[in-house]
Amino acid sequence: MSVYENPPADDGGPTGFSVRQVVGSLGESDWRRLGGCMFAALVFALMTGTSGNAQHLTAGVTGSLFKPRVVVFIVLGLALWALMTTWTRYRDDIRAGLEPFRKTKAEITGNQWVQLGVFAAVLLIAILVPPLLSVFWQQVLVSQIGIFVLLAIGLNVVVGFAGLLDLGYIAFYAIGAYTAAYWTGYPDSKPGHISPLPVHPPFHLNPFFVFPLAVVVCLIAGLLLGAPTLRLRGDYLAIVTLGFGEIVRIVINNSESVTNGPRGAFGIPHFSVNFGFLKYKWTLDLMPYWYLLLAMIVIVFILFRQLENSRVGRAWTAIREDEVAAAATGIPTLKYKLMAFAIGASTSGLAGVVFASQIGFVAPDNFVLINSLLVLVYVIFGGMGSLPGAVAGASFLIWLPNELRDYVAPQDRFIYFGALLVVMMIFRPQGVFPSRRRAREIGLAEAGAGGADAMGAPDGVMPR
Amino acid sequence: MCFTHSFWQLTISGLSDGFLYALIALGYTLVYGVLQLINFAHSEVFMSGGFGGLFAVQALVGSKTPHGVASVMYVLLGVVVGAIVGGAVAFVLERVAYRPLRRRNAPKLAFLISAIGASLFLVNIAGKEFGRLAIPMPNLYTNGNVFSVFGAEVQTNFVVIAIAAALMLIFLDRLVAKTRLGQGIRAVAQDADTASLMGVNIDRVISQTFVIGGLLGGAAGFLFGMVFNVQYNMGFTPGVKAFTAAVLGGIGNIRGAVLGGLLLGVVENLGVSCVQSAWRDVIAFGILVLVLLFRPTGLLGERLGRSA
Repeated sequence: MSVYENPPADDGGPTGFSVRQVVGSLGESDWRRLGGCMFAALVFALMTGTSGNAQHLTAGVTGSLFKPRVVVFIVLGLALWALMTTWTRYRDDIRAGLEPFRKTKAEITGNQWVQLGVFAAVLLIAILVPPLLSVFWQQVLVSQIGIFVLLAIGLNVVVGFAGLLDLGYIAFYAIGAYTAAYWTGYPDSKPGHISPLPVHPPFHLNPFFVFPLAVVVCLIAGLLLGAPTLRLRGDYLAIVTLGFGEIVRIVINNSESVTNGPRGAFGIPHFSVNFGFLKYKWTLDLMPYWYLLLAMIVIVFILFRQLENSRVGRAWTAIREDEVAAAATGIPTLKYKLMAFAIGASTSGLAGVVFASQIGFVAPDNFVLINSLLVLVYVIFGGMGSLPGAVAGASFLIWLPNELRDYVAPQDRFIYFGALLVVMMIFRPQGVFPSRRRAREIGLAEAGAGGADAMGAPDGVMPR
Repeated sequence: MCFTHSFWQLTISGLSDGFLYALIALGYTLVYGVLQLINFAHSEVFMSGGFGGLFAVQALVGSKTPHGVASVMYVLLGVVVGAIVGGAVAFVLERVAYRPLRRRNAPKLAFLISAIGASLFLVNIAGKEFGRLAIPMPNLYTNGNVFSVFGAEVQTNFVVIAIAAALMLIFLDRLVAKTRLGQGIRAVAQDADTASLMGVNIDRVISQTFVIGGLLGGAAGFLFGMVFNVQYNMGFTPGVKAFTAAVLGGIGNIRGAVLGGLLLGVVENLGVSCVQSAWRDVIAFGILVLVLLFRPTGLLGERLGRSA
C-alpha cells in the first residue's frame, strides 16, 4: 500500500513533456508558422465550403467559415503546425543521418545507365498502359497531355534553356493548327472536297505532309517575331510576346473571310499514310494518335537532349546565366536567342498539326492567353530547364484537374490548381525535377551567391 | 481621317479608360520598381476592390438613386472601402505568394508562377463565393451630361472618375516624392542592398509598396464596377491593358505609368473608330510593340528611383 501513498512528484507524464515546457520552448518563428497554418486552414475551409451567388453574396463565406465545420479545419491546421514544427526541430538531425544516403542518391540519379533505365521504363509504361484506360482518360491523354507535353518540351527550349520569357507561345501552336487547316483543304469545291477554311490552297495535302510545312511556317513566324523583339530584355520581351499572342488570336478571330472567325475551321481530315507497301489511316480511334504523339515526343526529347549538351546548348546556358558575359566571351547572343525561339516555335507547330487533325476542328478559343501561361506553368513546375521535368509537369498538372473533376465542381478546379502552384513555389521553387545545372544555380542563389537567373539584373541595371 | 468627326468625344471616353488604366498600372509599376517582378495577380487586387466597394454600397444604398451630397458621400465610401479591400488583398498576397520566395532568393520565374497561381486562385475563389454572373452596382447618382467641350458631351461618370483618379495620382506623386515612406520606396528601387545597409527596412517598404498599389488598384476596381459591372473575372482585361500601359510608359516609372495609361486609353478609343471595336486589343498591343521597337525601355524610361 505504501507504494501508492507517495506518487511521483513529476506530473509531466512519462515522456517528460509538459504543456508549459512545450509552449515555453516555442520561438517567434514557430508562432509565425502557427499564424500561417491557421490562415491556410481558413483558406482551405473556404475552398471546400459552400458556394455563394449574385443574390446571396455572403452565403459562401458564412456557410464555409461560420459553421461548426470550421473546427475540423482548425484542428487540421494545428496538426499541420505541430508536424511542421517537429520537423524543423529535428530537420538537421534527420538530414545528418541521411547524409551518406544522399550522396549515393546523387550518384544513382547521375548515372547514365540509371537514367536510361528510367527512360525505358517510362516509355514502356507509356506504350503498354494507355490501351487499358477508359475512353475518357484516353481522350485526355491524346488531346491534352500528349499535345501539351510536346508544347512544354518546345517552350522548355525557349524558357528553360535560353532563359527567354515567352508569354505568347500558344500563338505558334495556333499558326501550326491553322496551317494544317489551310493545306488540307482542296483547290476546288467539288462534292466531297471539304475545305476547313473559306480560302482554298493551290493543291490538297495529306495532314502528314503538312508537318514539314507547319514546321517551316512556325520557324519563319518565330524568326519574324524574334528578330525585332529579342533585343528587349526579360520583362519587356514577356509583354511583347504576350501582345503578339493576343494579336494572333484576335486576328484569327476577326478575319472571318479567311479563317471562319470565331466559328473556327472544321472538317480537318485525319492522317493517312500511303507509301506503296505502307498503308495506314488514322481514324476516330484514339490509340494510333497516342502512339504517333508518343513517337514525336520521344524523337523531340532525344533531339533536344542532344542539343542541350552541344555547343548550342552551352551557348544558351551562358546567355541565360549572364547575357552580358556571354556576349563578352564572343557568343553571338541574338543569333542563339533567335535559334531558341525558332526551335520552340516549330515544335509547337508540330503539336498544332496533330491537334487539328485529331480533333478535326480548331477555333480561336483554343489559343487564349491562359493556355500560354499554363504551358509556362508546366515547364517551371516540372523543373526549370529540365526535359523530364517539362514532361512530368505537363502530365501531372493536366492529370490533376481532370482527376478533380470527380470531386469538385468543374469550375472550381482551378482554385486548387492555383493554390498548388503557390504552395509548390514556396516550398520548392526549383520545380519537381530541375536540371542539375539549374538546381545548382538556384541552390547557390539561396545561399546568397549571385542571382538565380539573369532575367533582369537584381538592381535593374542592364545595358541594352 | 475616320476619327475626326467625333475626335473630342472619343478623346474623353479614352481619358476615362485611361485614368483607370493609370491607377491599375501604378500598382504594376510600383511593385516592379521595388522587386523587378511582374505582379500578375494585381488584376485580382483590382477585382477584389470592386467587390469590396459593391458590398459597402449595396449595404447602404436603397432602391432609390441618391443625389447631391449623398451621392458624393457614397462614391467616396465606395472608393475608400474598395481601396482598403484592395490594399488588404495586396498585403496578404505579398505575405503569402512573394515573401517566402524572396526569403529563399528564388529565381524570378518562380515568382511569376506563384503570381499566376495566386491569380488563378483568387479569380476562381471569387467566382465560387460570389457567383460567376456580372453584378450591377446600385446607381449612386444619375448619369447625365454635365457640360460639353468642343461639342463633346462630358458625362457624370467621366467627371467622377477623372476627379477621383486625379486626386489619387497627385496624392501618390507627393507621397513618393516627399514622405519618408516615398524615400524608402525610391531607395529600395534604386538599390535594395545599399538601401538595407543605410537602415531601410526592405521587408516593410516592399509590404507598404504592395499596399499602396493595392489601394490604388482597389479604388480603380470600385470605379470600374460603378460604371460597368462587378464580376469575378473583371480584372483580366483591364489588368493586361494596364500592364501594357505600365510597360508603354516605362515600367518602374510612376509618371510613365500615368502617361502610358492615358495614352493607351485615348489611342484605343480613337483607333476603334477607324476599325471595328473587335480590333481594340490589337491596336493596344500594336502600339506597345511599335513603341518598344523604337524605345526599348518605354516612353519615359524605367527606374522608379530616378524619375519620381
